[in-house]
Amino acid sequence: MIVGELAIRADGLCKRYLMGSSASYLSLRESLAVLPRRLLGREARPDRQNELWALREVSFAVGRGEVLGVIGHNGAGKSTLLKILSRITRPTAGRAEVWGRVGSLLEVGTGFHPELTGRENVFLNGAILGMRRAEIERKYDAIVGFAEIDQFLDTPVKHYSSGMYMRLAFAVAAHLETEILLVDEVLAVGDAEFQKKCLGKMEDVHRGGRAVLFVSHNLAAVERVCSRVMVLDHGGVRFMGEPSEAVRRYLTSTEGALTGEWHHPEPFTGRTQILRAFLCDANGVPNGNPDCGTTFGVVIEFSVGERLRELILGMAVCNQYQVPVFSTSPSDVGVAVPLEPGTYRTKVLFPRGFLMPKGFSLIISLYNRWQGLDSHSHIMPFKVHAVDSVATATPTGRLGDVFAECAWDVIGRLPEKSTRPVS
Amino acid sequence: MGVEMQPEPVVSTGPADLPAGPSTVITAGSGRTLAGLCEAWQYRELLYFLVWRDLKVRYKQTVLGALWAVIQPLASAVIFTVVFGMFVKVPSEGVPYPLFAYLGLLPWQLFAFALTESTASVVVHERLLKKVYFPRLYLPLTPVLGAVVDFAVASVVAVALLLAYRVRLGAGLLALPLLIAAVLVCAFAVSVWLAALNVKYRDVRYAVPFLVQVWFFATPIVYSSSLIPAHLRPWWALNPMGSIVDGFRWALLGTPLPQPLALLVSAGVTLTLLAGGVAYFRRVEVTIADLV
Repeated sequence: MIVGELAIRADGLCKRYLMGSSASYLSLRESLAVLPRRLLGREARPDRQNELWALREVSFAVGRGEVLGVIGHNGAGKSTLLKILSRITRPTAGRAEVWGRVGSLLEVGTGFHPELTGRENVFLNGAILGMRRAEIERKYDAIVGFAEIDQFLDTPVKHYSSGMYMRLAFAVAAHLETEILLVDEVLAVGDAEFQKKCLGKMEDVHRGGRAVLFVSHNLAAVERVCSRVMVLDHGGVRFMGEPSEAVRRYLTSTEGALTGEWHHPEPFTGRTQILRAFLCDANGVPNGNPDCGTTFGVVIEFSVGERLRELILGMAVCNQYQVPVFSTSPSDVGVAVPLEPGTYRTKVLFPRGFLMPKGFSLIISLYNRWQGLDSHSHIMPFKVHAVDSVATATPTGRLGDVFAECAWDVIGRLPEKSTRPVS
Repeated sequence: MGVEMQPEPVVSTGPADLPAGPSTVITAGSGRTLAGLCEAWQYRELLYFLVWRDLKVRYKQTVLGALWAVIQPLASAVIFTVVFGMFVKVPSEGVPYPLFAYLGLLPWQLFAFALTESTASVVVHERLLKKVYFPRLYLPLTPVLGAVVDFAVASVVAVALLLAYRVRLGAGLLALPLLIAAVLVCAFAVSVWLAALNVKYRDVRYAVPFLVQVWFFATPIVYSSSLIPAHLRPWWALNPMGSIVDGFRWALLGTPLPQPLALLVSAGVTLTLLAGGVAYFRRVEVTIADLV
């Protein structure tokens, strides 16, 4: 019996980040500038306002054979927790004990080198994730089979399509067999078929007596694969227990904070990034209380730091389970995004009544074919209010998150005999 | 929705006999250096892959590939022969100047390459550092080991020169592995300092080419250490590269060996730099993911 044996025990984990200039690296000029003060012993101590407690006294235990889900808002401390457990960063206080090898999938394709071939990257990436060479050799065929890219194995991955690249990266990650697996949001990539494969893989892992810590915004996936779920809120454990109850608590906690507005959490540094987003009415005027009977949309402000060859602005609308419902981009309708340095404001309007009276959140990204430039997931949660409309006319309530008027027609009456069951 | 996964009795496919105590304890401190080094050894296969990747990528992107490892020291040796050997007529212990210069450049190139490459090693791997754990010391170590391959390639020319000048090798040859080890340790000791400093102060990257240049002239490569005034000799011993370069020439050409005391001082400086560098790196290492 393996359940009951401990895999991870965390005891009072705290993590403090220092914000502002004291936290980041210094140039020699800046160092020289503070040198006189430092010599006089008058260096400004980082004051309280510059502190950010990403985790406060987090304690929990994970047994072998268990999948523990971690959910929470942006900035609740989910990623920090994973980073501490995977030893990327250290806690400010507290302690965690781990029994067994830890594999962390905080991102797929970590360490992939564009100049190397698919085959070479499998070995490199496997080693980076902590696999032994013999282990990679043993699983090589399975990895390649999983990724379905056999004929491109000797091609440098820079020539891969993003789909192939992701499949290969995920295939390596999915074959990582450590006693403990830390997974962050990797299911956000790939098509539905692939996500299913990956979720299945995760269930295997837990049947194999290993322990999994799964951080995701996808509440549906969390509910499906986790045996217990922890809800983090502002760095503290708000709830720990049964998955459906955890999801319910998490969802009710979102209701309070619907401002219909979002600001980039870090100070503007002049690079290419999303600055701000807010809900607006048809004229672009802020309106935090949209309803399904009036046209509304989102204003997104972003900056371009240096001249770019290509820039794509993408926005996905997610339902309250944080599963993307649809996505949209200015290029869909032939609108070009400016490439010159500067700060820009864009507006997107949803077709009237398209979003059902439910809760939604956004994923907004800036990227191009070579790299992701800035991306923010599940930001600016908002609720569409119900008003009398076609969409809300069904007395029992309607299924689905979006509504579209479709071209229905009764196109004729079939002759009697063709409706008889075939014998 | 809400399919509950009851923990069911399972058959373990992983190692069943885990030790009773936790295999890893995560706390605020950086832990014992010894434990850290033991762990670095466990990850050694990753080190192999990192070195292999660097070499592969480096040679894939260049037209001349491994030839660069020869061209650089060879071209430098030719220039120094013309300028210092023929024009300035720097005495070279009775050894033909091209041979004298090349054997000085051979260990120096390894050292200089390692320094230049490893300074940025931590910073350029920012993404990797933020996404996965591995012994961070591998980042400055990788370029040092990668430089060994270039060193091996450049050695072929050294062998050719030794044959061309009909040098008779003596027992000093046996000391060569020790000398190569000394260059590696010395290069790593300095690299680890620079890599850690560069995390905190990004200007280090700009200062390194200058440092390498100054260090080059402070090391008896284009000149013989016998030219150093006697009253400066004790200070010169503080530069371990001086003793190493002299050692290389002694081992292959039979030129005089530095004073035993100077060798001891050099070894002491190297080991102090190494211990301090590793300790400093391990202190910075804790904050790397939060800083870069």
